[in-house]
Amino acid sequence: MTTHAQQDLPFPGLAGVPEADAPQTRKDFASDQEVRWCPGCGDYAVLAAVQGFLPQLGLRKENIVFVSGIGCSSRFPYYLDTYGMHSIHGRAPAIATGLAVTRPDLSVWVVTGDGDALSIGGNHLVHALRRNVNVTILLFNNRVYGLTKGQYSPTSELGKVTKSTPFGSVDAPLDPVRLALGAEATFVARTIDSDRQHLTEVLTAAAAHRGAALVEILQNCPVFNDGAFDALKSKDSAADSIVRLVEGAPVRFGAPGEDGLGARAVVREPASGMLRVVDQVAADDEVVVHDPQDVATAFALAGMSASGAAAPTPVGIFRQVQRPTYDDLVREQSRQAGWGETDREAGLEDLLHGGDTWSVA
Amino acid sequence: MTLTESTDGDLGEAARTAVVDVADVVVRFAGDSGDGMQLTGGRFTQETARLGNDLATLPNFPAEIRAPQGTLAGVSSFQIHFAGRQVRTPGDSPDVLVAMNPAALRANVGDLRPGATVIVDSHDFTGRSLAKAGYATDPLDDGTLGHLDVQAVDMTALTVEAVRPFGLSRKDAARTKNMFALGLVSWMYGRPVDGTVAFVKQRFARTPELRDANVAALRAGWNYGETTEAFAVTYRVKPAATPPGTYRTITGNTALSYGLVAAGVRSGLTVFAGAYPITPASDILHELSKHKALGVTTVQAEDEIAAVGAALGASYGGALGVTTTSGPGLALKAETIGLAVMLELPLVVVDVQRGGPSTGLPTKTEQADLLQALHGRNGEAPVPVVAPRSPADCFDAALEAARIAVTYRTPVLLLSDGYLANGSEPWLLPATEALPVIDPAFADGPNDGVSFLPYLRDPGTLARPWAVPGTPGLEHRIGGLEKADRTGDISYDPANHDFMVRTRQAKVERIAASLPPLEVDDPSGDATVLVVGWGSTYGPIGGACQRLREEGWRVAHVHLRHLNPLPPGLGELLHRYDRVVVPEMNLGQLSRLLRAEHLIDARSVTSVRGLPFATEELAGELEHHLREACS
Repeated sequence: MTTHAQQDLPFPGLAGVPEADAPQTRKDFASDQEVRWCPGCGDYAVLAAVQGFLPQLGLRKENIVFVSGIGCSSRFPYYLDTYGMHSIHGRAPAIATGLAVTRPDLSVWVVTGDGDALSIGGNHLVHALRRNVNVTILLFNNRVYGLTKGQYSPTSELGKVTKSTPFGSVDAPLDPVRLALGAEATFVARTIDSDRQHLTEVLTAAAAHRGAALVEILQNCPVFNDGAFDALKSKDSAADSIVRLVEGAPVRFGAPGEDGLGARAVVREPASGMLRVVDQVAADDEVVVHDPQDVATAFALAGMSASGAAAPTPVGIFRQVQRPTYDDLVREQSRQAGWGETDREAGLEDLLHGGDTWSVA
Repeated sequence: MTLTESTDGDLGEAARTAVVDVADVVVRFAGDSGDGMQLTGGRFTQETARLGNDLATLPNFPAEIRAPQGTLAGVSSFQIHFAGRQVRTPGDSPDVLVAMNPAALRANVGDLRPGATVIVDSHDFTGRSLAKAGYATDPLDDGTLGHLDVQAVDMTALTVEAVRPFGLSRKDAARTKNMFALGLVSWMYGRPVDGTVAFVKQRFARTPELRDANVAALRAGWNYGETTEAFAVTYRVKPAATPPGTYRTITGNTALSYGLVAAGVRSGLTVFAGAYPITPASDILHELSKHKALGVTTVQAEDEIAAVGAALGASYGGALGVTTTSGPGLALKAETIGLAVMLELPLVVVDVQRGGPSTGLPTKTEQADLLQALHGRNGEAPVPVVAPRSPADCFDAALEAARIAVTYRTPVLLLSDGYLANGSEPWLLPATEALPVIDPAFADGPNDGVSFLPYLRDPGTLARPWAVPGTPGLEHRIGGLEKADRTGDISYDPANHDFMVRTRQAKVERIAASLPPLEVDDPSGDATVLVVGWGSTYGPIGGACQRLREEGWRVAHVHLRHLNPLPPGLGELLHRYDRVVVPEMNLGQLSRLLRAEHLIDARSVTSVRGLPFATEELAGELEHHLREACS
């Protein structure tokens, strides 16, 4: 059995996980269960992308585990022929933490939604990210509660009229990207269900990352929040609505200008250092060049979309940095303490007989 | 204290005082939270254990870490009962109270019987300190302690004088007065202090002045007893007759931790403990976190829910998942335990019960989580429940909980309590090779021809296969939705749900077949009243029964380790007696269960004072039932 070594690119995040003996196809990862999402649900596209992408990892499929919480997206594990657990509401990151810490030979994925991860499970998400547990978290964000039939979610916009907010929501929405950045997540990305290529690129990078990776997937709910992301998907508006973050590239978007890049750009004000969107980039503008190591700029970029409905939405990898993972550190501490080299029976005997003992003849 | 015989002094020239043999003694050390009473009691316990006395201890401390100095709220105490015969409880009433300040005296003096000895540090019996403790007049002068043998000693001044050569600040010097008290009481009961000297030398190895001062204070206390004539007698408590072997003293939390370590070793599994700090369970996390070399991994999770979730995740991956908590934490874990019931994975949930409801009494004991353990989940979610009966028994109970969890693929609740957690007793060390072996019996291939059915059960135990990720060919999905029999696929079929609910229940009931026969303590064999207990009431019930038998009553005692399923033969046993009495530190939870399960008119005796039953009081309650039953 061969396993990825840490230095083996392209998937250092999967070091220690056994490699498949033979090439795999999409079919190898499809389970025998009937997929039961609503017709037109964005989840189908994500499932297809994941099933199409898993063979690229080249892992033994018995060493892949998907853990989910509760919600439409959390049915995901049933449809993959890997190991899987459909757990309880909000707790998947905690369950995955116990699994990842004890099993370095597994590739552990968490599938969750905006309600599951950001409302009932917000605490676990934050702590999985700040600990940097080696798990890849797919957060399906459709900005609504689907499985409970249409209440507003923690990512729903202000004023949203739903079954539970007939007069409009007065809850301020939460941005998962900025939450993750604030939790010191080492990999934070956003992608869209309908863009198969971008989805696959981001998932590939997330799988390659060693540490907690959070991928927000903007996903359409055709029944309770249809068209929530239409501006990002329509041919007419996409160029002005989406900002594609690419490492080392200037942050430009909109219809192409004279140099072939987007005419609009995110620029830094020389005096204040603040970021600002300009509609026509000028020669002396300091256009921001995307650097996934720069968390302050990443936070500012993520904040753009919250500034108003017309503001552009950045997608891509906001942050990617290396930091030791929690599970690797736990195992290293155990190794240094003698894990695996200690005779456990003898050690138990010594433990029981430690301290002050006396004998009765 | 029971006097057995008087003798002249025979401790050589040191013993100018008379030496009196006593059968058993109860000593309570009481002081401010910062006075080191727990450490003092712990050292006295070690000295006593080494002399071969049987013993039981009861620490009692406030939930506040440092309540205002000198107040009643800040009083911390440690009681030890030691004897030349079997000791069942920490004792009802102290024979000797050591009170380090007015508040410690006031908080404890009411527990003393007439004639008991009180050794008081008289240093702080001044206006302000007396007022803080709520004394209008000085109790050492006003005659209110006339019924007691009061020994007022200015321990603070004597200690400060004794440690003067070491150049400590006055405050640091005075802080060693607990060692003076320990030295004095050790002299009174002829306890050697060599072990404590060695302990102090190790503990303060890096601060020689503190090391030397503590040793000097200890010796000063001993010498004070020996050279002054304040104390007319010293006491001798002969070693108890105990089975041969190697012993140590152990608290319930430590024993429980060792039991979990042993379960890992004897099953070959990694032990994964997820925990969130909570009194009085945190010491288990502290202890387990030391034993990485023995295959234990601990995670201090972000909350109680994450702690049990991580443990369940580890169990899914083939470890022995453990989570440790107290009542409020158990409430938070309920949903995940229900998931474990549905997933049918091993999980050990430790609840060190404390006074409730809500935050309740964090540092005090209670048995009020029994019904929560049995029923505190949505749906029909049967969980086996195991309860240790003494501090050392926590070791065996933890192993038993792990055996059931692994064998039957189920979460198991292990119900300890605050009294067991912090109390200690001598423990006859088991031979590790004689401990039970636990077989994980992981699934390693198809179980139905060429296919694998994750919910195809063992016909004997009804346990499903434990197929862990990484096992080729056994890829499958599990979850909290109802499972189809055999395949484990999602099923909403009415008949299947009915079948699965009954099957999960039947699986837990099958555990009864693996339990040893009940042991009934009925020396005369013709008792008409049966006392049924569970958990930490073992000592008080045993003591009360013994006292009643000494008075001529015939009474039987059975103590339940397994609360779910109840042991086989229990119903028949209950119906054999004219009356069944159930003492509990709750409002009658087991008695309600016995009534429901066995249609027996169980009588409840309850106490929820945050303290174990007092033997004498319990004996009185039981005697009342004996009289009624006999009339």
